[in-house]
Amino acid sequence: MTVTLTEEQIDELGRELDAIRQRVVEDLGEDDRRYIYNVIKAQRAFEAGGRASLMLSALPPFWLLGTAALSLSKILDNMEIGHNVMHGQYDWMRDPALASKKFEWDTACPADQWRHSHNYMHHTYTNIVDKDRDIGYGILRMDPSQKWNPYYLGNPVWAFLLMTLFEYGVALHDLETENIISGKRKMSENRDLLRGIRRKVGRQVLKDYVLFPLLTGPQFVSTLTANATANLVRNLWAYSIIFCGHFPTGVATFTEEETENESRGQWYIRQMMGSANITGGNLFHIMSGNLSHQIEHHLFPDLPARRYREIAPDVRALCEKYGLPYNTGRFSKQIGSTWAKIFKLALPNRGGDTAPTPAVTVVPGLRDAA
Amino acid sequence: MDRYLELINPMLTVRELRAEVTRVERSTADSVTLTLRPTRQWRGFQAGQYVELSVDIDGVRRSRCFSPCCSQHRADGRIELTVKAHPEGLVSQWLYANAAPGLVVGLSQAGGNFHLPTPRPERILLISGGSGITPVLSMLRTLVDEGYRGELVFLHYSFTEADVAHLAELRDLAATHGNVRLVLAYTRQTEGGDLHGLFEETHLADSAPWYAEAQTYLCGPPGLMATIRAHYAAKGIEDALHTEEFTLPVFTPADGDATGQVRFGDTVVENSGATLLEQAEAAGLTPEYGCRMGICFTCTKVKTSGCTRNVRTGDLNRDPDTEVQLCISAPVGDVAIDI
Ligand SMILES: Cc1cc2nc3c(=O)[nH]c(=O)nc-3n(C[C@H](O)[C@H](O)[C@H](O)COP(=O)(O)OP(=O)(O)OC[C@H]3O[C@@H](n4cnc5c(N)ncnc54)[C@H](O)[C@@H]3O)c2cc1C
Repeated sequence: MTVTLTEEQIDELGRELDAIRQRVVEDLGEDDRRYIYNVIKAQRAFEAGGRASLMLSALPPFWLLGTAALSLSKILDNMEIGHNVMHGQYDWMRDPALASKKFEWDTACPADQWRHSHNYMHHTYTNIVDKDRDIGYGILRMDPSQKWNPYYLGNPVWAFLLMTLFEYGVALHDLETENIISGKRKMSENRDLLRGIRRKVGRQVLKDYVLFPLLTGPQFVSTLTANATANLVRNLWAYSIIFCGHFPTGVATFTEEETENESRGQWYIRQMMGSANITGGNLFHIMSGNLSHQIEHHLFPDLPARRYREIAPDVRALCEKYGLPYNTGRFSKQIGSTWAKIFKLALPNRGGDTAPTPAVTVVPGLRDAA
Repeated sequence: MDRYLELINPMLTVRELRAEVTRVERSTADSVTLTLRPTRQWRGFQAGQYVELSVDIDGVRRSRCFSPCCSQHRADGRIELTVKAHPEGLVSQWLYANAAPGLVVGLSQAGGNFHLPTPRPERILLISGGSGITPVLSMLRTLVDEGYRGELVFLHYSFTEADVAHLAELRDLAATHGNVRLVLAYTRQTEGGDLHGLFEETHLADSAPWYAEAQTYLCGPPGLMATIRAHYAAKGIEDALHTEEFTLPVFTPADGDATGQVRFGDTVVENSGATLLEQAEAAGLTPEYGCRMGICFTCTKVKTSGCTRNVRTGDLNRDPDTEVQLCISAPVGDVAIDI
């Protein structure tokens, strides 16, 4: 699908989106503070409750309860709290406990490396093939313009592994392993990163697989399996939500040439067309860290995520006004279509490689005529 | 860890110093006196020093300095602050309107060099104006608690008698301690009190004839401080004068953007009006950055003083020691960044 817009229209769209952002910024206040602190409280309670009930992890009901509470705690910690706080969504509160630069979370990836690979690389170069390394995380083929080779026959297997080990996949993301194999990056550039990852992973492993299990004495093994399960549940969930954000059918990708000298309006358009939403209820949005509103998140990554829902109708109306697609759907539909894509792209493109069609064509020059 | 204990009680902290308001009094029409019970991390203070108090207003944490006005020897370990409600002041007005027993606020350890030496000088002159009474009142109360025997004069300037915070206690201290003299100067009231009108040199000779041989501690509005400083300098006794300033933020109109100097650590440049990131790079510095459009927060640094304008929203940030994104913040007047 190709949309044709004039430069004026794109500038106007940019201004309209800026205005939406400004409206929210001016309205930020006590409610947002109370909200995030309530989420933090809930997460702390789930964690404390979960760890406490695992003190009896040998008894199946307690194992189940503890594992469930701990899974919820980790999901909240990583998504609605960690991911969003590290985006600077709460920096305006000037609260040291919620400062993006100092925040650390309950997962394998060190927060500082995440801020680089995610906040900067992924959010600035969203869906630009060869620049946004979130397209396939360097190991999957998620776009037909990625050149096929026999390695990609394993696409579904690699995706399955990435899903189950998601926290480690994310942790190793900044190492750009694929670029080392292809010789574009030197191993020595990774020395500091590796040290950080080793330290963080070590701490996580020690906490979940040694210390807390030891605390439960003879129930070491059952506590360990509970913690491992909680980590797995979080991995599956985080992977699924994140893949639904950029890979369902209809989401556009871009080339480096297309996006050179982008205007603010063009950047906004790329963010909208490169993301997809998931519909759902209140709880679903919170548990997804409001990444169910990936489109709004990509437009305004630094606005508190609870606000995305409230501006979504306006963003959608703008898309309609300019004839841009607004990709949204039920979770089952979105996740189904990303898996379909994973399977389809395991094979070479049917009909050979074709040049991708640009998502938006800009009609230049009308500015002078107007 | 503190986030877990908070679930039980916000005053239960491991590392963070906080305080609970235990008493609130409105000592004058435009000031409020708070008694605070700090958490156990509090290491005490020396009379004259200040603390930083933080409150959340409209969801935003705001920190301001206040000088405890109680004795440093107070038996229950609590501290007392007197806050003057500035007409347009954000934090002082908020405290004036909202402070109530049970409110938990953020607190810093005490700081500042404005305090008495040990051993105590033989003669001490304490001068204050308006809300600047707090640190010197703390000195007075501390000296009295210590059974100080030297000569002590407390000279205070206010608009009228009704504006003097802690007046009854001041009178009481003077009445019960032969070595303590209270001198009240009113600038907008011609009756009552001891002196009238703005500061004049004769005020010093009248209230403490020995002031040239004493140590003077002064805190008050900029005009009063400047006049007294000039007088001490002219007499060549500026070493005997110790001062504290309640610096309030300076405002520069938005159209005067490109004035003043920008300080990045040790590097100082003339403000060109460009964003802080561009100015730092023009000065040959290489601060870390990412998107250069305000979304990734890689270039966030602490602004230690001055006012910045967010070039995307136009918002001004005047508070010291707050984080700013270099790529979308432009300095307004003098600004210092910790790079
Ligand atoms: C070391 C130290 C010790 C201190 N001790 C005390 C103390 O013991 N007691 C005490 O009361 N204060 C003390 N202060 C002052 C205190 O820290 C605050 O600066 C003061 O309370 C004002 O803060 P605020 O938030 O109310 O005002 P702010 O909002 O910071 O405003 C400061 C001033 O600017 C004016 N202003 C605000 N907005 C505007 C605007 N848009 N245009 C023009 N003018 C504006 C206000 O009227 C106000 O006078 C101390 C300061 C320091 C540095």
